Amino acid sequence: MKNKIDYNSDWNLDPAPESTGHINLKSKYDLFIGGKWVKPKSEKYFATINPATEQKIADIAEAGQADVDAAVKAAKKAYDTVWSKLSGKERGKYIYRIARLIQEKAREFSVIESLDSGKVIRESRDIDIPLAAAHFFYYAGWSDKLEYAFPNRQPKSLGVAAQITPWNFPMLMIAWKIAPALAAGNTVVLKPAETTSLTALKLAEVIQEAGLPDGVVNIVTGYGKTGAMMVEHKDVAKVAFTGSTGVGKIIMKAIAGTNKKSTMELGGKAANIIFEDAPLDQAVEGIINGIYFNQGHVCCAGSRLFVQESVYEVVIRKLKDRMESLYVGDPMDKNTDIGAINSKKQLDVINNYIKIGKAEGAEIYQPKCKTPKKGFWCKPTLFTNVAQSNRIAQEEIFGPVLAIQTFRTVDEVITKANNTPYGLSAGVWTDKGSKIFNLTSQLKAGVVWANTYNKFDPTSPFGGYKESGHGREGGLHGLEPYLKFD
Amino acid sequence: MSRIEVLKTYKIYIGGKFPRTESGRYYQPKANGKLLGNICLSSRKDFRNATVAARSAQGGWAAKSAYNRSQILYRIAEILEGRRTQFIEELIQQGSKKPQAEKEVNLSIDRLIYFAGWCDKYTQIFSSVNPVASSHFNFSVPEPTGVVAILAPEESGLLGLVSQIAPTIAGGNTCVVLASENIPLCSITLAEVLSTSDVPGGVINILTGNRKELIPHFSAHMDVNALVYCGNNSSEIKIIHEAAVDNLKRVILRDSGSYISDKYESPHLISSLQEIKTTWHPVEKIGAAGSGY
Repeated sequence: MKNKIDYNSDWNLDPAPESTGHINLKSKYDLFIGGKWVKPKSEKYFATINPATEQKIADIAEAGQADVDAAVKAAKKAYDTVWSKLSGKERGKYIYRIARLIQEKAREFSVIESLDSGKVIRESRDIDIPLAAAHFFYYAGWSDKLEYAFPNRQPKSLGVAAQITPWNFPMLMIAWKIAPALAAGNTVVLKPAETTSLTALKLAEVIQEAGLPDGVVNIVTGYGKTGAMMVEHKDVAKVAFTGSTGVGKIIMKAIAGTNKKSTMELGGKAANIIFEDAPLDQAVEGIINGIYFNQGHVCCAGSRLFVQESVYEVVIRKLKDRMESLYVGDPMDKNTDIGAINSKKQLDVINNYIKIGKAEGAEIYQPKCKTPKKGFWCKPTLFTNVAQSNRIAQEEIFGPVLAIQTFRTVDEVITKANNTPYGLSAGVWTDKGSKIFNLTSQLKAGVVWANTYNKFDPTSPFGGYKESGHGREGGLHGLEPYLKFD
Repeated sequence: MSRIEVLKTYKIYIGGKFPRTESGRYYQPKANGKLLGNICLSSRKDFRNATVAARSAQGGWAAKSAYNRSQILYRIAEILEGRRTQFIEELIQQGSKKPQAEKEVNLSIDRLIYFAGWCDKYTQIFSSVNPVASSHFNFSVPEPTGVVAILAPEESGLLGLVSQIAPTIAGGNTCVVLASENIPLCSITLAEVLSTSDVPGGVINILTGNRKELIPHFSAHMDVNALVYCGNNSSEIKIIHEAAVDNLKRVILRDSGSYISDKYESPHLISSLQEIKTTWHPVEKIGAAGSGY
């Protein structure tokens, strides 16, 4: 190609950093139990760092058994004495307050989210935080309308919900968990992921400010051990987890034989399928967004790309060109496309898969971009010449790594796409409507994007088939896992 | 000389065929002190064969039009109606009183009709069009979970069985069922009804045998998507929950109780064996903000 832009020579934009001023962060965070900040009985704290700089941001309490007991006790008391007695209408008004307060403090939440998680400010500002607020706003309105959602079924709340959220969309996943739980009339003990606790702790401040009755939402921080204590607690009626399929299975084993209800939102290895009649430029944009959005730390990431053979070469060329124009670096810069990998641990996982991909004989491509010296970084990566049996095509990598395969016929690609134990999401790109509906109805996945990808909305149910989990979050269907029926 | 009665060999039902168990084993349940027969003591291998049959039938069954599935369920009821006497006699043989047996058969037929009617309606009840804030058309519909293993109620050999099978297949799933261990006769006679009712082979597979022996296999099989357990034995439930984790199969607990109750007539028996699929598609809005892909 002539006249191709060399993005590494004459394409340097001036820095456009979002200011990190005007945010309120403490240097040390205790646990939020029964409406108050309490020191952990475990007396332990751990550091949370900025993955883009490796600098410590704050110390976070690590909840032990006594702390978890106290949190569940507070949630149970709040359920028994206050929350279950409150009318749906009044519950809803509290949740609306939370939504409004998040909107008022949206900038602060966005900046903190990007500092703590490494995600780019463009995404936390335009997607994570607004959607989190929207989730609370949406579910607030359901609080006094549950009998219309489930006619003839007398919906009732469950009690205390133990909720464990991941580090990829910290605040958004918390909203997905807490909003429907409260709307359905439950109380909550929530544990955010250990690398991204800060927005959860800021939410605790919002909850205090909203005047929510003490103990209705309790936020305990810590590692997996703390989560296990929550899951196993006898006074917990409901477990909601978003995370890896491996951990989801451990949790399901732990609650086997009990009456605890569960929602599991687990891993994925989504197929993103491009047909020769697709609008290719849009499709390439969709592939980029599908796999490199949030550094690929997305359970529904379009990590397996299937390209119809007739357009393979042009799609790969366009993809590589587009990858060259991606900015990798400072998450706080408004121009950055790909931020920092969330943790050293996750970077090691991703790098190991890249090594495996090469060893399996797949061909790697990474753009020439530079990455900062400090912090955890991974260039957007794609693999071609990938076989269906390769581990990079089978296992969830949870990073910016795309495995590309080709196909000739519709039936072939459906078989290949469904040949996975996962079933969270899928994407289809074609201009032909009947082909879209053939694909979307045959792909075994809970969310299917046609000519778009990675779109989310509070009104839209999200969740997996097969080993990607069970239960739905979002929409009317997302209420059901927090209710019981006669 | 009086006529010598022809006795029936009870078989199992896999992929539309009637084999005896591959294991060659049998057991001898009794009622009122009398032997009911040499009933197949199905093995793990029988269960695996049945699951293969259910899997290969599932795509085709789910792809049938809802109207067609509805007619096939209705057809089962028609054929069952024609064989009322045989079922009543079997129920009596298994220890029921005549009025009770008649009621059970009548209700079983009516229940099939009930679920036949749901086949082309539950999708409308459980679907939604979701008003997303972006310029997309977004809708959610139920889809069958896939292959369902059913541990049918022990105490209700016909009505209980029909009450579990009907909502499962109405929803486009296929199933492998373990019939009541002690009163198994109607389950196999029902299989004869199914095989003459336009139900494709493999959509419903029926085994007889020992619950305790088969529970671990039913729960652990990696190509079973959901397991329905009818009963209330807490140690069995624990075994099922633990084994089901390996492929995260959905476990649906249904307490045994009186199947006469109309709580077994509910579309939620269908929806509990469905997955919700959400589809997004852009809506073009030329000249308006928020357009795009």
